[in-house]
Amino acid sequence: MSNDVFEQIKQDISQNDIVLYMKGTASFPQCGFSATVVQILSQIGAPFKDINVLENADIRQGIKDFTNWPTIPQLYIKGEFVGGCDIVRDMFNSGELQDMLAEKGITSPRAA
Amino acid sequence: MAMRAGDIEDMIKAGIPGCVVRIDDLRGDGEHYAAHVSASAFKGLSRVQQHQMVYRALQGKMGNELHALAVHTTVIDDA
Repeated sequence: MSNDVFEQIKQDISQNDIVLYMKGTASFPQCGFSATVVQILSQIGAPFKDINVLENADIRQGIKDFTNWPTIPQLYIKGEFVGGCDIVRDMFNSGELQDMLAEKGITSPRAA
Repeated sequence: MAMRAGDIEDMIKAGIPGCVVRIDDLRGDGEHYAAHVSASAFKGLSRVQQHQMVYRALQGKMGNELHALAVHTTVIDDA
C-alpha cells in the first residue's frame, strides 16, 4: 500500500478527535454496520468526521492494511483504533465508550 | 460464495487451540453469522487483539467470502 495513503490516514486521525471510516456518509450510510456506529455516535452526541471509503478504493484497502483489520467500519478516537461495529456496540452497551470519550475530553461525563 | 457454519467453527478451533466456539446463523443465508469465541489465549489481550486472533484463524476469509460475521470474544480464566 502506497505511503501517501498511510500519510493521508495518519493526517485524518490526528487532525480529528473522532474519525469513522465507513461505507457511505453519516447522513446516508450505505451499510448496516456503518449505520449502527453512526447511530451510536449520534446517540452519545459525539461529533465525528466521516470518511466514505466507497469514494476512494485506496483508502478502502489502505485502512485495512493500516490496522490489520479486515472490515469496514473502523472507528478512531484521538488517533487510536477502537474497533469495528461489534466492539463499538459492546463498548456502548457497557458504557465503556461513553467513559472513554469523557476521559479524552470529547464529551461531558455521563450523569451518574 | 457463502460459508457453512461448521467450516467457520472448524477454522476458528484450528486457529485458536483450546477455544470454545458457538456459531449463530443469523439469517440462514450462509452470509450472516455471529461467532461467540471463548479462549484462555485471549487473556491480557485487548478486544481488538482478541478479534484479530479470530480473523487470523479465518485466514483472510473475513471481509471476503465472509461478509457479515459478528464476533464476540470472552476470556476463559483457567486460574
